[in-house]
Amino acid sequence: METKLKPSFLDEVASVPACGKINECVQCGVCSGSCTTAAHWEHPPRKIIAMVRAGMKDEVLNSSSIWYCVSCYLCTARCPRDIKPANIMHALEAIALNEGYKPPTKTTTMYRSFARSIEQNGRIYEFGFMLEYFLKTNPFAALRMLPMAFSLLTHKRMPLLPKAVKGRHQLNQMFHNITTGGSR
Amino acid sequence: MRYYAYYPGCSMEATGAPVEKAIKAIAKPLDIELMELEDWTCCGSSPFSGVDKVKAMAITARVLAQAEKTGLDLVTPCSSCYTILHEANELMKDDHKLAWQVHEALTSVGLNYNGTVKVRHIVEVIYNDVGVEALAAKVKRPMTGLKVACYHGCQQVRPEYGYDDREYPDWLDRISKALGAEPVNYPLKARCCGSSLVISETDMALDLIHKLLENAADNGAQAIVSTTCPLCHTALDAYQSAVNGKYKSHFNLPVLAVPQIIAVALGLDFKQAALDGNIVSPRKLLSPYFNGRTADSDAPAQKAAAG
Repeated sequence: METKLKPSFLDEVASVPACGKINECVQCGVCSGSCTTAAHWEHPPRKIIAMVRAGMKDEVLNSSSIWYCVSCYLCTARCPRDIKPANIMHALEAIALNEGYKPPTKTTTMYRSFARSIEQNGRIYEFGFMLEYFLKTNPFAALRMLPMAFSLLTHKRMPLLPKAVKGRHQLNQMFHNITTGGSR
Repeated sequence: MRYYAYYPGCSMEATGAPVEKAIKAIAKPLDIELMELEDWTCCGSSPFSGVDKVKAMAITARVLAQAEKTGLDLVTPCSSCYTILHEANELMKDDHKLAWQVHEALTSVGLNYNGTVKVRHIVEVIYNDVGVEALAAKVKRPMTGLKVACYHGCQQVRPEYGYDDREYPDWLDRISKALGAEPVNYPLKARCCGSSLVISETDMALDLIHKLLENAADNGAQAIVSTTCPLCHTALDAYQSAVNGKYKSHFNLPVLAVPQIIAVALGLDFKQAALDGNIVSPRKLLSPYFNGRTADSDAPAQKAAAG
């Protein structure tokens, strides 16, 4: 009887574009030491990489840690093994979202609103995407943003209506092509 | 005249509007023609990579495919767009599976990308193609005595583009010097402003912005000259009052996007430089420069006399 092996968590991560070198990490910790937001991570980047390699999938994906990556690429610029920790964090975020994990962070909702804004309009509609995010998380948190939103509005930096472009149809067609595995 | 394909990015239509307006204003005096891509769509930025990497690279590739048709270098002022466009270009060269998936997706909408586009940041174009000497020669209103902290931000220099230092860059310092301004030491000039998470992790981002403002003020800066990234500009300018509220601080540091200060030095007026779009108003700080002998529409007295 043939048994199809399920790919390991490590394989799953390593197969994401730009993440293939995760096996070459020497655990030096330069990424954690460089990380702009490390103070907020329960498991800093070096530890996350070790946990991925140890197969601790649930611990990694249930944690809010990876969601604090601000994509500043200091880790990536300094990594002596060129393993691109920032890309690995985003790969983990995508796996967590796609597999239904619910880490304690609002950034998951923000990313989803961001992606939906692209699907609907072809471009980011800043006002709409923020509104959707606040309605889905904590509308009262938006109150704190009001003075800033108002000054952006009066300085003509916050259009209230979306500008949907024709190209959005192409984007959605492309997404469909990728989801269904292309023409093969 | 130099020609470029131009990709402003979504934020330039909203929070980045003043930066965009200033870029358009200085293009002609700098002999550059920015030809905006038709019907461009979002590059996906970093959040989309946290949703689906292949889809993220596909929508980035749509921009590259459009740019390839023009045969020109693709220039963007947004550092986030710059990073992701650059990354898609590099990844598709190395990762054949990704390249195939993206190719299939592009083909399904009648597009094709051969990987020939050179992605460039507008600050790099100003620095390398226009050049600081040529820029200095065009200065009509020297910014003498203006002490500035030059904020490059993270994604203009990282992860790796092979141009400037990745941790202590000096493009903006050299550009500012060419305009007559005086760049101060600014150790945090390439640290992140946190704006990619400012919506969901507001306190964390305010902390980063606070550090950047404090570091600029402590080093004697009267203003920040920021990169063209609309996210950096908005973080430092629009969120400054939120930082003051949270930290009981009193920062009042105008944030001049580099095309804005170039516009002033080239002799354009306050509105042409889109300085009226800045939330921390630079009017008082810059009035001595506008009231000098080259000031034109900003001096109502002169206007009245002429009229």
